[in-house]
Amino acid sequence: MIDVEEREGRARSSPERPFLSIENLSVSFNTEDGVVQAIDGVTLTLERGKTLAVVGESGSGKSVTAQAIMGLVKSMGGHVSGEIWLDGQELNGLESDEVQALRGSEMAMIFQDPMSSLHPFYRIGDQIVEAILAHRKIGKAAARKETLEMLKHVGIPAAERRIDAYPHQLSGGMRQRVMIGMALINSPQLLIADEPTTALDVTVQAQILELISTLKEEFGTTVILITHDLGIVADVADDVAVMYGGRLVEVGSTSVIYDGPEMPYTLGLLSSIPRMDRELPKRLDPIRGNPPSPINLPPGCVFQPRCNYSDRVRDGACLSVRPELLPTAPDHLVRCHLPAEERRQISEDVRRILAGASQ
Amino acid sequence: MTAAPREILRVTDLRTYFPVRSRGLIPRVIGQVKAVDGISLTLNTSETLGLVGESGSGKTTAARSILRLIKPTGGQIELDGTQIANLSQGALRPIRRKAQMIFQDPYNALNPRHTVGGIISAPFRIQGVEPPGGVKAAVQELMERVGLNPEHYNRYPNEFSGGQRQRIGVARAIALRPMLVVCDEPVSALDVSIQAQMLNLLKDLQEEFAIAYLFVAHDLAVVRQISHRVAVMYLGHIVETTTRPILYSAPLHPYTHSLLSAVPVPDPKIQMKRTRIVLQGDVPSPIDPPSGCVFRTRCFQAQERCAVEVPPLLEVAPDHKVACHFPIAAADVAASVRAGQLNVPATDPDAPEHPVEGVHFIEPGPPHG
Repeated sequence: MIDVEEREGRARSSPERPFLSIENLSVSFNTEDGVVQAIDGVTLTLERGKTLAVVGESGSGKSVTAQAIMGLVKSMGGHVSGEIWLDGQELNGLESDEVQALRGSEMAMIFQDPMSSLHPFYRIGDQIVEAILAHRKIGKAAARKETLEMLKHVGIPAAERRIDAYPHQLSGGMRQRVMIGMALINSPQLLIADEPTTALDVTVQAQILELISTLKEEFGTTVILITHDLGIVADVADDVAVMYGGRLVEVGSTSVIYDGPEMPYTLGLLSSIPRMDRELPKRLDPIRGNPPSPINLPPGCVFQPRCNYSDRVRDGACLSVRPELLPTAPDHLVRCHLPAEERRQISEDVRRILAGASQ
Repeated sequence: MTAAPREILRVTDLRTYFPVRSRGLIPRVIGQVKAVDGISLTLNTSETLGLVGESGSGKTTAARSILRLIKPTGGQIELDGTQIANLSQGALRPIRRKAQMIFQDPYNALNPRHTVGGIISAPFRIQGVEPPGGVKAAVQELMERVGLNPEHYNRYPNEFSGGQRQRIGVARAIALRPMLVVCDEPVSALDVSIQAQMLNLLKDLQEEFAIAYLFVAHDLAVVRQISHRVAVMYLGHIVETTTRPILYSAPLHPYTHSLLSAVPVPDPKIQMKRTRIVLQGDVPSPIDPPSGCVFRTRCFQAQERCAVEVPPLLEVAPDHKVACHFPIAAADVAASVRAGQLNVPATDPDAPEHPVEGVHFIEPGPPHG
């Protein structure tokens, strides 16, 4: 379940934090062209064993959020403020070597391109063994045995032979499996998957998603899935956080986001995708315009320049006043100036038009 | 622009092989990658043929061979009445204005040192065409048509976002009013909201200029949105080809079935009910393709005969060709629809009013939601 922090403080007396709790996380980078506010005040929580999907287009800040959790932003020259609590430990205040000790053991990450985490010069078995030895004091032979087990586990055929293969000798789907195996080898509590299937064909994508959800059940891993594909979100996520222009704009359980999205951006995303389960519309109904530049974000609502409904808000508040991320229903937060009834009406109308096609 | 559709492209038995050379001081040709191995297709004006398949299926090689960006090994390509498969580059040049291409990567398809105006006016310069009113006016009109600000004529590609760059690519492709535009994954590098804008733009341009598209893509939902007919490729072969409504509601080839069932649907309720056909493994190496049917190593229907005999692409019904010894029967399709394995749209505006008899008959899918 996801909740805003203040509300949580009021509602619950127990001081215990949820498994992952991100509080007011902001990341900025200084560039030649000015300060890039990559993410701005992200606050969310995630229960142990759940899957959270972070959805957004390029430049929305979804990958930077993941990198900030993994402690990778500072080395890239970014400024991080806010708090990241993982299993009772605050990560943002830690020294880089302390974060490094957690990376790979407590939390692990898989990427879109497997070659970004596999070294092309070393055999895949040796790379996984190295990952084990970096965090645990066990013998090399035992580590190799464990590696072989893991390769079988993630579905590498002829693992006895493939353990000595180089990455280039494997297919894309197979490399993805090796990378997942390497990420899970030290039983991390948190697995962050950044667009894990974007580079794969649909048939292989189906295999990898199945693998991630089986492994998640088996190891009880908490997963953050970063993606732009609303199709795979519907498949695997418990909760969904929609990001736009570096801010969370809508957060809720997966069923809430798909059945009753209220933020115009989420609605726009849902109406932009061509769907196979619906009657063919003559034209798609995309969001107009282009995403904002992260150097020069609109002063009010970040989505205002592309929003079809901002003229319905009084006093042009969308242009000048930043909306807050506020609860609209249990388990559902929305950042929008429109009154709740109006948002629901718009959402209903849009969804009726979309579904109307299937009647 | 309401002329009757006429055939502008006929590809017959197109083959494109790449030699595999041995290592060493004097490389010898030791084998061949049959990237495209005998495909045939036709295309009319104002029509879109979707060419789908996984990576390594040969769809991009086929598209590039048809435009003669790669020299095909064999077969015929007839573009608007001219055989172009064996023409020299010089003889091809005047023909190039009839067929253009839109590329996948809007970042690499544009020269970063040329202005947008220079990029879009290149076809006029190269072909020696002087449009009435001058090149600059024509280019600015094109920019306006594809949704770019004509005042940005002197800007460089790096000043534009991915979606805008793709619009530049589209403007360049349609500059000389080609009959055929080959689109190689034109939207797969774009964000979903921009992708939808681009699909709408391509559709509008087709209506306006009667362009024929050969639309190469791996995303079946995108292909459904834009195509009139679809051909499914696997390891250099077309395994099934038919009209869009039939391909998406009553496919016969097991590969088409598994592709359709692998596409995730953005609705958790539908997703929960579906049982997927998950194919095992990857596409085999085209250097050493399987004997008999190329798909048999991953096929859930495969039997002994498939390893021995290559299934020919047969017309099993009007406008429906399939290359399979054991195509999935209509009854099985209906059963898998009922079991939720296939998601079939309830109705398709272009579907024949009475379902074609025989293999195409299929029960309407379950109501969604």
